[in-house]
Amino acid sequence: MDANSSIPTLQVRSLVKRYGGLTAVKNISLDLHGGEILGLIGPNGSGKSTAMKSIMGIERPTGGEVIFEGENIAGLPAHKIARKGFGMVFQHSRPLNRQTVLENIMVALLPDSLLMLFPDKALTERAKWIAERVGLGAVMNRRPPTLPFADLRRLELAKAIARDPKVVLVDEPFAGLTLAEVGMFSELIRSFRDEGRAVLLVDHNVKSVAALVDRVLAMYLGEEIVTGRADEVMRNETVRRVYLGGAIETSARPETSFKDKVPALEVKDLSVFYGKAQALQDVSIHIHHGEFVSVVGLNGAGKTTLFNAISGFLPYSGDIVRDGAPLRGTSPARIAREGIVQCPESRELFGEMTVRENLDLGGQHLSDDARGKQLTWLFELFPILRERQDQLAQTLSGGEQQMLAIGRALMMQPKILILDEPTLGLAPVILEQLSKALEKLRQTTSITVLLGEQNVTFALPHADRVYVLEHARIVWEGDPGRFAAEAGEGYL
Amino acid sequence: MAGFFRSRLFLISLLVVVVAATLPLYVSGYVLGLLTVAYYFGVFAMAWDLLFGFAGEVNFGPTFLIGVGAYTAGILNNQYGWSVYLCIVLGALAAVVAGFVLALPALRVRGPYFGLTTLVAVLMLQNFVVVFADLTGGEIGLTIPDVITISANANYWIALGFMAVSAAILYGLSQSPLGLVLQASGQDPVQAGALGFNIVKHKLFAFIVSAFFSGLSGALLVFYFGTASVGTVIDVAVGVNVIVAAVLGGRRTVLGAALGAIFLIVAGEFLRPTGELATFIVSFVALLVVLFFPGGFLGAALSREARS
Repeated sequence: MDANSSIPTLQVRSLVKRYGGLTAVKNISLDLHGGEILGLIGPNGSGKSTAMKSIMGIERPTGGEVIFEGENIAGLPAHKIARKGFGMVFQHSRPLNRQTVLENIMVALLPDSLLMLFPDKALTERAKWIAERVGLGAVMNRRPPTLPFADLRRLELAKAIARDPKVVLVDEPFAGLTLAEVGMFSELIRSFRDEGRAVLLVDHNVKSVAALVDRVLAMYLGEEIVTGRADEVMRNETVRRVYLGGAIETSARPETSFKDKVPALEVKDLSVFYGKAQALQDVSIHIHHGEFVSVVGLNGAGKTTLFNAISGFLPYSGDIVRDGAPLRGTSPARIAREGIVQCPESRELFGEMTVRENLDLGGQHLSDDARGKQLTWLFELFPILRERQDQLAQTLSGGEQQMLAIGRALMMQPKILILDEPTLGLAPVILEQLSKALEKLRQTTSITVLLGEQNVTFALPHADRVYVLEHARIVWEGDPGRFAAEAGEGYL
Repeated sequence: MAGFFRSRLFLISLLVVVVAATLPLYVSGYVLGLLTVAYYFGVFAMAWDLLFGFAGEVNFGPTFLIGVGAYTAGILNNQYGWSVYLCIVLGALAAVVAGFVLALPALRVRGPYFGLTTLVAVLMLQNFVVVFADLTGGEIGLTIPDVITISANANYWIALGFMAVSAAILYGLSQSPLGLVLQASGQDPVQAGALGFNIVKHKLFAFIVSAFFSGLSGALLVFYFGTASVGTVIDVAVGVNVIVAAVLGGRRTVLGAALGAIFLIVAGEFLRPTGELATFIVSFVALLVVLFFPGGFLGAALSREARS
């Protein structure tokens, strides 16, 4: 890395981004040299994407400096920053479907001028060259709807490097790609570095980009934990604690202790596609009556897709069987009423209704008497909700909102409760309260729980069994006590 | 661009215009009058599609732009007796200025609020016309002393020529690099920004072009009618018709919008014997198209081509 001796192309100094009372990025600083790849790594909600967007000007930084070739560009709009020599590869693409691949690349080459009425011949040549460069040469005259997913991602790369940027920002480079494609994309991104560009990658874990990056900056809750070589970062104590949790006390009940003949829920060979991207591939899991099962996986692994398929929101191939009867063809409303209740990642509270109204809606099918009893029980589980009863849901803090979302799900008297990432973006103190509530739920009720988490510290202590979901597939199943030893390494 | 002059679309369009130009030789003055109005409506719809189809902004108030153009031209002629052509040009420019003043703040608000702003603008203009009746003729309408010509044939050719030229310019613009950038801004503003395009600038430009053609067409229309009234150029119902025409013809096609407008007006007239039912039937057909062929007449054809 001879580049380290020169002046960095990009210097970020004490970058801060606040949304109202929430500080998403706290004093992040980094140096990025030409010919270097830096990975910005952190679990979901750690602020890494916000940091990248703040650098690009898509979000306006609240404070700090973004110095590009000696000039502070923090606060400029995205289009000005782009023209200075930045290109960004987006995770989700929305190409122009009536134009060819070549024309899509040409768009990226056009000047920001209202006088450009006729296409320039030189631009077409350059667009062709870029298409070849990213491996779209054979399909440049086709239209995006006819292309496979990997080619659409190539098109995003092509657009980002079209105007020969000095800094390339890549948001989750490998999302939705197969292993072979990951290899090809790594090669492409490496070639950007070899051309002398400064590359900043955002991803969830170190492992997936370890082979590609020169250095890694690990973030958690908006703050930098450590910066260093990938292997150093993976050995870092704090990073290990964030991803794997410290010494976890597990309290798993062995699977043999569940005596039911037919599992409460069985998912067999489930596959789900979003357009061309495969979100789940032959996933099979089962849950016994009264069992607490955690599905652990990083953002984008397919947890939410799995839960949404179970709740009946998505078309799928394979089978989802409840108490021996397949669920296919049952409406989502009916699935929920019959006892599989999901508390979604996005919470989906009715923000302009009070806490009490939200809870009453959950318990709407109950008689007044039963609803009253359920509420009393719920307020013992989450005492804070009793105090907040008359407050609008949107005025609650993040942790309180999460409790309300779980509370509303519990008001439906679920037999199987699905919790999707309840810890998302919450402070450690709140996690402890939630954790206690789950413990109580497990000990005092017979509710079967399916928990999806990327926060292992939270997912393991209560779990009887753990599945690890990675890149749309189940890669590990077992006792939470064996997780750190057997599956932990792949999770950093 | 050169390929375009040999393309099927160009040849078909040329053929349609040539055939349309010969219509005065063998159809009645009544039909000509109908088509004259339909052509001006076609320009309204095409100008609207540039905003909706390409810039991705729903303008619920096309009649704000049309009305400003029409009334400015009409009032200047009525009050000062200025030449028809000067009034028409000034009407178009007034629509551009009004469009700019409206769009500059409106484009800063996101999502449905842009549409609501444009809708409120129509209501304000309507109110203005009614309140300042001395100047505008109020609810009775504004009488316009001059006309371009009294010949039905000449009026028809002017309208056809105007629509053909407008179509060529608007379609050309939509297919130009500028149109591509506009389309990208409409589809994914964040990414277009990150590609280095000033979204507000491009959308504002689209709004101004849309305003120019709407205002110009509105001004021409009142000099054909010889009168301007709220019911013909400002009312929200007129605006809804423009929108329906554009959607019916096919979003993001420009030319489809003109087809939609002609269809709406001609079909409405053919169904006149059914009385009040006519509007219902036309609206019902429009509803079916929007529900089952959201791409519209031309959109369906184009997307089939795109998939092949």
